[in-house]
Amino acid sequence: MTTRSKSAGGALALQILNHVALGLVALLFLFPFFWMVSNALRSNAEVLAIPVRILPSVFQWDNFAVTWTQLPFGRFFLNSLVVSGSVTVITVFVSCLSGYAFARLKFPGRDALLMAYLGTLMVPAIMLIIPLFLIVNSLGMVNTFQGVILPVAFGTFGSFLLRQFFLSIPMELEEAARIDGASRLRILVSIIVPLSMPAIGLLSLFTFIGQWNNFLWPLIVMTGADNATLPVGLTQFQTQQGTAWNYIMAGATLSMLPGIVLAIILQKLIYNSIALNAGMGGR
Amino acid sequence: MTIAQETAKVPSRSAARRRNRLDIREGRTAFFFLLPSLIGVILFLVLPIIASVVLSFTNWKLLGQPAFVGFANYVRLFTVDPQFWPVLRNTLFFTAEYLVLNLVISLGLAVWISSLKVGQKWFRVIFFLPTFTPGIAVAIVWMLIFAPGGFFDFLMGALSIHMPSVLTDQNLAMQAVVVVSLWAGVGYNTVLFNAALDMVPANYLEAARIDGATAWDRFWKIRLPLISPTLFFGTVMTAITSLQVFDQIYVLTRGGPGSATATLGYAIYQKGFQNFQMGYASAIAWVMFALIMALTAFQFWMQRKWVHYDN
Repeated sequence: MTTRSKSAGGALALQILNHVALGLVALLFLFPFFWMVSNALRSNAEVLAIPVRILPSVFQWDNFAVTWTQLPFGRFFLNSLVVSGSVTVITVFVSCLSGYAFARLKFPGRDALLMAYLGTLMVPAIMLIIPLFLIVNSLGMVNTFQGVILPVAFGTFGSFLLRQFFLSIPMELEEAARIDGASRLRILVSIIVPLSMPAIGLLSLFTFIGQWNNFLWPLIVMTGADNATLPVGLTQFQTQQGTAWNYIMAGATLSMLPGIVLAIILQKLIYNSIALNAGMGGR
Repeated sequence: MTIAQETAKVPSRSAARRRNRLDIREGRTAFFFLLPSLIGVILFLVLPIIASVVLSFTNWKLLGQPAFVGFANYVRLFTVDPQFWPVLRNTLFFTAEYLVLNLVISLGLAVWISSLKVGQKWFRVIFFLPTFTPGIAVAIVWMLIFAPGGFFDFLMGALSIHMPSVLTDQNLAMQAVVVVSLWAGVGYNTVLFNAALDMVPANYLEAARIDGATAWDRFWKIRLPLISPTLFFGTVMTAITSLQVFDQIYVLTRGGPGSATATLGYAIYQKGFQNFQMGYASAIAWVMFALIMALTAFQFWMQRKWVHYDN
């Protein structure tokens, strides 16, 4: 009896030790986030001061106000929001329509077209940068929002994702509506879309974050300083003489905030979607 | 549904005609539903792919008329350009090192997290966080850490290790790029592999435990083979993205010092948007695509040796 309780106590101690050890690894992993915020809140003289200061001597909270209004990261934030938001709305709209056609409508060449859509997923984005820029250039859309938004808003992944989800919705639900004479568009809007919110939410989340974090495309298209998205804006200040590291760190913090907040509050949705990939890896 | 089936069983001419008319109507609906997507896909995906092939056989420099030059761009790449082989070597070096380290670290973290009794989801979120943040912001934060007189120097000084400035050293610069990429990218595979480990049926492991298999054996002989399809998926996806590496290099080193960290992705940007050699840059893009295809095909061929699918 004593040995059993002793080994149970030992197992518990081992479990606690295990948690603490991984906790320390996690803290170490989080250090760059801490370092970013800590430097965003100090004077620039203290950023690369010797000896290194772990915390600012004075917390300069108005660094964020300066970054937001004067630099103008507020403008960059808004630009990023417009670009990511627009791409997301267009992607969801277009993918709902095409996903429904692939899932529920019969038309000649449907399977071949779906395979072609899947095939385009293999083409790496960076390969298309040059011809896409030339197309945007010839349409006179360099340094415009439509120029940065439209070419990335028609990815085929959304069509495929929503098709898969629509297929899982029982046919009976829309057949009743069809007998009542509802059009396909009406069925899509009032029956399929409300039932597909998990998949549409997932598509929106990943599209939004993907665009929010996108760098190369807005770098090339948004040539004017005021039109920069957050990542592009961050690199513009990198090259200035006498780098204002504290403001850049404040800008970096602002740019990371939406992703961090979304990753935390939507962790279950994200985990489930990745788990779906893990499950499909075997099929 | 049953009515439709019964009419199908007794094919009368009028029913067939009606069905035909319905099919045409449905086809027309499908066309309008697909139209927005098709216009976008043709304009921004199919056309660029074709344009990219054509461009790679021209010497277009954005201004002026493009001239057809045959395979000259490709010949120049492989035989004349002194930068191309180092760029190719850098890309493969980065991909190999990053891929191996990413898989080892993410699998290690995934196994470690799955051994916890409480708080698994919080550890998953922590390691996942950088994945959801802009790669550019991540790289800028690390640039400050690696800056001369920055935190990394301080740390090395405290440990009495003498090191040259990381980002301007021929050999260390690429290692810095790998470290930053790992920090930014390891979280996705960690969650992916952790999710796969969660799906391993508990009774398999319990049965093995009763039969006296050690934790070590249970890992190598049961859990690892069972999650090998997911490991394969993670490997293929990670290889494809790491061959395209760009953001970190743009911020940290701009391909330098010299061309020590110049990769294919960076070369495409440099030739295309700094030298405006659109044709030449397109040829580099196709080399990258060929490399991605080759590596993916190689991995699919290799999977027979280590991936176990349960039927």
